[in-house]
Amino acid sequence: MNLTFSPEEQAFHEQVRRFLADSLPSDISERVRQGRHLRVDDHLRWQNILSEQGWLASNWPKEFGGPGWGPVQRHIFDEECAAAHAPTVVPFGVNMVAPVIMKFGSIEQQQHYLPRILSNQDWWCQGYSEPGAGSDLAGLNTRAVRNGDHYIVNGQKTWTTLGQHANMLFCLVRTDPVAKKQAGISFLLIDMQTPGITVRPIITLDGAHEVNEIFLDNVRVPVDNRVGEEGQGWTCAKFLLTHERTGIAGLGHAKQALRHLKSLASRIQHRGKPLLELASFRQRVVKAELELMALEVTNLRVIAAARDGGVPGAESSLLKVRGSELRQELSELTRRALGPAALPFFPDFLHGDDSLDDERAQNAAASAQYFNRRKLSIYGGANEIQKSIVAKTILNM
Amino acid sequence: MDFALTDEQRMLEETLTRLVADQVSAEQRRAMLAAAPNRDSALWRTFAELGLLHMPFSEDMGGLGGDGTDLMIIMQALGRGLVPEPYLAGLVLPGQLLALTANSEQQTRWLAPLLEGEHQLALAWQEIGARYDAFTVATQATQQGDQWQLNGKKYVVLNLEAAAATLVSAQLASGKLGLFIVPADAPGTSTHLYRTIDDQPAGDLTLDSVTLPLTNCLSEDVSDVLAEVLAVGRAALCAQAIGAMEEACDQTLAYLKERKQFGVPLSTFQALQHRMVDMHLHLEQSRSMAILAATSLALPASERDYKIAAAKAYCGESARFIAEQAIQLHGAMGMTEECYVASYAKHLVMFDHYLGDSDYHLETVSELLKVA
Repeated sequence: MNLTFSPEEQAFHEQVRRFLADSLPSDISERVRQGRHLRVDDHLRWQNILSEQGWLASNWPKEFGGPGWGPVQRHIFDEECAAAHAPTVVPFGVNMVAPVIMKFGSIEQQQHYLPRILSNQDWWCQGYSEPGAGSDLAGLNTRAVRNGDHYIVNGQKTWTTLGQHANMLFCLVRTDPVAKKQAGISFLLIDMQTPGITVRPIITLDGAHEVNEIFLDNVRVPVDNRVGEEGQGWTCAKFLLTHERTGIAGLGHAKQALRHLKSLASRIQHRGKPLLELASFRQRVVKAELELMALEVTNLRVIAAARDGGVPGAESSLLKVRGSELRQELSELTRRALGPAALPFFPDFLHGDDSLDDERAQNAAASAQYFNRRKLSIYGGANEIQKSIVAKTILNM
Repeated sequence: MDFALTDEQRMLEETLTRLVADQVSAEQRRAMLAAAPNRDSALWRTFAELGLLHMPFSEDMGGLGGDGTDLMIIMQALGRGLVPEPYLAGLVLPGQLLALTANSEQQTRWLAPLLEGEHQLALAWQEIGARYDAFTVATQATQQGDQWQLNGKKYVVLNLEAAAATLVSAQLASGKLGLFIVPADAPGTSTHLYRTIDDQPAGDLTLDSVTLPLTNCLSEDVSDVLAEVLAVGRAALCAQAIGAMEEACDQTLAYLKERKQFGVPLSTFQALQHRMVDMHLHLEQSRSMAILAATSLALPASERDYKIAAAKAYCGESARFIAEQAIQLHGAMGMTEECYVASYAKHLVMFDHYLGDSDYHLETVSELLKVA
């Protein structure tokens, strides 16, 4: 066994690092570093730079205009991006709807939508969860009734991340109310300009406007905008949930958070000594370090299996559970390290354009991020659901 | 041994529970928070009418002579409703310090109006470089003739905006810690006001060559008294957290029973039942620790500090556990500002950042640990 990267992979590592050093605008990385919300323009500027480099769609094969990277290269790329405080690419187009269109979409759909994703022309958002269908996603009620060449869609979607900026929505709808619940679902692509769509903000407990509710009131969607067959929507959704989820642990983010925590705890003084020298605090940091070491190797095992042709299945549930718990713990330790400095809350700095003096700016996001990170164990299938998947598919319980 | 409340205490508890239920709903609380910090709110006047402002002070100070249990009853009720009124920060802490340090002239000037609800005060003990340590103070006070001059910066002073004056700790040339009362309009003071992430009005107070008459010096050696008052504050915070934990547990249990997924209520899933039971266990164990803290206030200093540090550390860990589970069990709903449990979760997580977190207090417990 050998845990090191090959010389080619190491050269790639260097290439990514150089690209980030040369191309990532410093005002954007500073905003990410301070934990502030990015503006639409920040996202687009960075995604256009990536697009120009041919690296925006890191998970796409060459035939569709991607770099054709394997899981190891993607892993290296993600990790370096996190280390450099690059913004996370908004995933709904590139990483979520695109693979579904590649796998299940028509040639016309592929030719129309994929280039628009690569050039950042379309901003996609996700219409999955509903007020009554969260963990039980297949219990969704948004109805699509066929009317000639159109579906008439009525219902409500929720937790739609960054939907306020989107011009396109991919959406699970119920086309057959009689069939068994998974079998009656279809996958639609909806133009957000269509009459009858209302987007309403949901403010989260950290004061941010990240998620939205979407109301669909007699929205007319061309039948041509259905991906796959009618009733095949659940297959598309499940494909998306297992597709290329080797990055789901958020390892790069966890590493970055741990580095930040250690440097913070070395600077903060506690009874005349660095906080990191306080035995009880140090032990908490050390425990997080061990969890990260274990998670990294587990992640590499899954990546190696994927590289060698294995499809990551329920392993991604393990990565998600442990990865989310670790990142939450690191956000806890960062908040804890700051002590009383974690108390002041400056929402207009974090979520807007207010300025703040340097010392406050460095610490302003810690508590808000701690609360924001609660979402990691809830979204994309709550950890309870992930554990049920592991029980069922790995342990056959 | 007797855990029962007296008749008067039961009445106090019932009155307050009713008051909070009637006057501090989620909507009413939002409206209170949207308004500027106000020393003359309707609720504060009700507090005055009910005698709450007199309760925690001894009879010879004009108070009602309430003890730690009375304070626990009040704080728990306030915690249950997340009542924004600065009962602890604007009344109890500065008031207790005044009661223990002020001469009769100073009491007439500052303490009597506090008890009558005519003004509120604040306590500035905390500095950025010292984390939770109240006795490492960089702010300096020097006596020049018949004046004191103060220089320094105090951090996260709760109720700063509404306070008529702020009690400020400062290092003296003698090496002792002094305590001063600084009127809000004293020349040389400047403030940076904000809310804490759990919605409390606070601010940083900068003192730039603030000159005060000798009568504004409350003590030239305040350390022991400050330790005593901070102990009261810690016990009070534990009681407040118990109220918030009760409500977070109640709201979560109700949600589990009402919310259906996969055709059945969430409360039918055993994994979630056990999680709810763990929340309940944390609550009950913490309640015991809060009772221990409330009944330890009159003990000798080292015994008092040992037990109160233990309670604060224990409640800090439990508060975080209950907050995190309350959010998780509410699912994405628990992440929203609209969902009231999120406000409780924020309060419970940030509990650890007021008057010392669990690590800080575990250090105290370790230092005072008796081997036999």
